[in-house]
Amino acid sequence: MNSVFDFDRPIDMAWCPGCGNYDIIKSVKGALDDLKIPRERIVMVSGIGQAAKLPQYINVSFFNGLHGRSLPAATAIKASNPRLTVVVVSGDGCTYGEGGNHFLAALRRNPDITNLVHDNMVYGLTKGQASPTSRRGFTTPVQINGVYLEPFNPVAIAVAMNASFVARAFSGDVGKTKEIIKKAIMHKGYSLVDILHPCVTFNRVNSFSWYKSNTYYLDEEYDPSNRDEALKKSIETEKIPLGVIYVNSGNKTFEENLIPYKSSDTPLYLRKLDINKLRKIIDEHIK
Amino acid sequence: MDNNVKTDLSIVLSGEAGQGIQTLERLLMKMFKLSGRYVFSYSEFMSRIRGGNNSTEIRVSAQRVDSFLNRIDIFVPFGYGSMERFQERITGDTIIIGDQVFIEDRYRGSGNTVIGIPFLEIAKEFGGKTYINLVVMGFFAGLFGIKKDNVRDQVRTQFSRLAADVIEKNIKALEKGIEVGSEIAQTGTIEIPPKASRDVSEELLISGTEIIALGGIAGGCNFVSSYPMSPSTDVLVNFAKYSEKFNIVVEQAEDEICAVNMAIASWYAGGRAMVTTSGGGFALMTEGLSLAGAIESPLVIHVGQRPGPATGMPTRTEQGDLLFALFSGHGEFPRIIYAPGNYSQGFYLTRRAFYMADKYQVPVIILTDQFFLDSYGTVPMLNVDNSMSENIIIETDPGYRRYQITESGISPRGIPGYGTGTVCLDSDEHDEGGYITEDFAVRVAQVNKRMKKLQSMGPDSIPPDLYGPDDYRCIVVSWGSTLNAILEAIATSGRSDIALLHYSQVYPLHDDTKKYLEKAQFAAIVENNYTSQFGTLIRMHMGFEFNKKILKYNGMPFSVEELAKEFKKFV
Repeated sequence: MNSVFDFDRPIDMAWCPGCGNYDIIKSVKGALDDLKIPRERIVMVSGIGQAAKLPQYINVSFFNGLHGRSLPAATAIKASNPRLTVVVVSGDGCTYGEGGNHFLAALRRNPDITNLVHDNMVYGLTKGQASPTSRRGFTTPVQINGVYLEPFNPVAIAVAMNASFVARAFSGDVGKTKEIIKKAIMHKGYSLVDILHPCVTFNRVNSFSWYKSNTYYLDEEYDPSNRDEALKKSIETEKIPLGVIYVNSGNKTFEENLIPYKSSDTPLYLRKLDINKLRKIIDEHIK
Repeated sequence: MDNNVKTDLSIVLSGEAGQGIQTLERLLMKMFKLSGRYVFSYSEFMSRIRGGNNSTEIRVSAQRVDSFLNRIDIFVPFGYGSMERFQERITGDTIIIGDQVFIEDRYRGSGNTVIGIPFLEIAKEFGGKTYINLVVMGFFAGLFGIKKDNVRDQVRTQFSRLAADVIEKNIKALEKGIEVGSEIAQTGTIEIPPKASRDVSEELLISGTEIIALGGIAGGCNFVSSYPMSPSTDVLVNFAKYSEKFNIVVEQAEDEICAVNMAIASWYAGGRAMVTTSGGGFALMTEGLSLAGAIESPLVIHVGQRPGPATGMPTRTEQGDLLFALFSGHGEFPRIIYAPGNYSQGFYLTRRAFYMADKYQVPVIILTDQFFLDSYGTVPMLNVDNSMSENIIIETDPGYRRYQITESGISPRGIPGYGTGTVCLDSDEHDEGGYITEDFAVRVAQVNKRMKKLQSMGPDSIPPDLYGPDDYRCIVVSWGSTLNAILEAIATSGRSDIALLHYSQVYPLHDDTKKYLEKAQFAAIVENNYTSQFGTLIRMHMGFEFNKKILKYNGMPFSVEELAKEFKKFV
C-alpha cells in the first residue's frame, strides 16, 4: 500500500530480513496516513539502535540523537513548538536501559508526545546482549549463565506513575498495532506504546510464535480508565495482555504547564524578545 | 596602599549560614550606592545550609572597584567563631566592630581598635534578633553620614511586601542603628571614603549570576534546561525569575544529560536554548556537546567553574576547566569559548554567545567561576537592541537539505514546521540530506564542511584587550575573572612598564597573540589553577613559554595585594 510518507527514491534499510521492525513501520505509516496529519508538522525522534533507524525510512522531519536521550529531545521539541506532532521511536535498551531516568521523568512531565518502544527483549545492534526486558534465564555471550535480573516492566511502572496513556502491542499484528498507535497519537499527553516484536537474529527464545502463544488481547469490556484493573493487567507476565491498558486524561500536559503557552500555543520561533521590557528591567537596577 | 585608604573602605561581615548576612549585604550595597559611591562585594561560604562560617567583603569606594582585596578595614563578627578564619587578614589596622561576645580575646589590648556595640541586644529591643540587619544597616548609615530620609525610603521600598507594623519596627531598629553610628562617626576613628566624583546613579547594581541571565535574555534566550549545581544555580534561578516577563521555558531537568539534550532539541525546533552548570554537570553534558558538533546545532553552555576534581570545593572558585571545555566531547568539531572578565563582558558575551551559536551553528561555552558569579557590584549602563536575539533560520522548501555543502561550511538552517521541507538530522555521519551514510567521500565532505567553520568565524573573533602602555616592557596575560584584580594590582604596584593582555575569548585563540607576546621582554601569566591551562593553550599554538606563572588554586580568588607583590618583583 502506498503511503504519503514513502520516498520517491529507493532506500537502503538496515534491518535483517524478517525483522519485526518491517511490520512496525507499516503500522506507523498506516497510522499517520489514517490520521492525515500534514507531513511537515510531524517530527520523529529516536535514539540509537535498530529501532531508532525507523525515522530514516519515513519521509518526515526527524531528530536522531543520542542513545537513550530521545525523550528529553522529544519533550523539548514539543515544548519549543507545541503545534508539531512528535513521535518517539526507539528500542527497549535505548528507552528503558540507557534512558531509564528520562523514561521516569517523561511519565512525570506528561509531554504531549507518543513514545513507541520496539521491545524485542534483546540488544540487536550490539549483537545479542541482554536488554532491560530480557527474561530471567536468557543466555547471551555476556550473560553466559543466563539473565538473573528482574525484567523491567515498563507498563507496570507507567501505570504506577499514573501515566497518561499506556498500551502494549505486538508487531506481528499490523492492523491492531496501527489502531493502537492511532489512539496513542490522538491522545493528549504522554502515550507509551510498548511494542513486542521478535528479533530474528539474536533472540531465538521470544520468537514470533512465542509471542503468538504468550499474548492475548484485552476484551471489549475492559475499562482502561480503571487504574486498579490496569495495575493488575500490567503485572501479568505469564500471558501478556495487549491493547490499551490504561488511560488517564486528568493531568495537564507539560506544555500546558509551561509559562509561554499559558495563553497561546505560538511556537517559540514566532516570538520576539520585547526589548523595551528588557530595558525596563535593566533600568530597575539603577534605583 | 596607604594612599588608597582614604578613597576605599573594605568591610567584612562574617557569620553563620542562615543568619541573613546576604540580606544585610544587599541592603548595605544599595545604601552605599545610593549614597553616591561605587560598591563591590564578594561572598564566600561553606557548602552547607546552616552554621559554619560565611563572609562577605564589601568595598565602598570613590572610584570604581571590582576586585577582591585582602585588606580588611572594618570587621563585623556576627557569631562565635566568626573571626577564626580571618586571623591572617585581620591586622593591627583593622577596626573590629560588634557584639563583645563575638570578638575574640586576642584582639583586645592588641593595638586593634575594638568598638563594642551590642547589635544583638539592640535588635532584641525591637522584637528579636532578626532586626539585627536593620540595626547594622543603620549603624553604617550613621557612620557614613547618609541622609536619614534616604535610608528610611530605601527600607520602606525594599520591605514594602511586609505588614505596615513590621516595617515600622524595622524603621525603629534602623533609626537606633543610625543614632549609634552617628556617635561613632563623631569620634573620627574611622575614615569614610568620599562620594565618587563621577555620577554613579546611572550605574547598575547587579550580581554575577543575574548579569549572565540578562545577557542570555538579550540574546533572545527562551529555553533554559538545567540541573542545579553550585555556583551556577542562581543563573537558573534568575531565568526563572524573569520567565514570566519574557516567556521563557525554564525546566529543571532530571539530570544534566537531559538538560543538554533538551537544549539542543529546542534549537532544532526553533528555540534559543541555554544550559547552566558547573564542571561536574558539564562532564555529564559532554556527549551532548559532541552531538551538537555532529548535527551542527547551535548551543549555549554556561559553566560556572569551581575547584575540582570531582566534587572538589563546591562553593569556592577556580579556573580549572578551560582545557576540559576545550577538549570535551568525542570527535572533532569547532566550538567557541568565552570567559568574561567583568560584568559588562559577562552581559555582552552571553548575548553574543547566542548570536555566534546561531550564525555558525556551533556550541558556545561561557566560562565564569564562583568569584564572578557570587560577586555583586556596580556596572555601567548596558545597551541593548535586537541585533543578536533573532533566529537565523530559513523557510524550507521540498528540496531542502539541512547539510548542504557551502563555501563557508555553514548550511542554511531550517526548522521543522516552518516551510514545506523536512529537516532531518542524525548523530550518525550523514549526507547533505541528514540521512545516515557510510560513504567515505561523503564523510570527508561533511567533516571538511564542519571544520571549515573555524576559519569562517575568524572575522567575528574577539581580539584580546590590551590595558596599559603600548610600549610595555612586561606583559601579564590572563583570561576570565582575574581581569579586575590584575588591573588594580598593576595600578597599585607603581609599575608603569607593565601592560595586561586579557582574553575574553579564549578559543579560538586570536592571531594577534603572537604579536603582543613577542614584543614583551618579560611575560607572565596569571591563572586561578595549578597547571596554567591558558599558558598550555598558548604554548600549543605557538610554542611560547612564559617567564613567570602566577598560579593560585586554594579555592579563593586572587587578591589585589598578592598580585601587586608579584608584579613588583618583575625584572
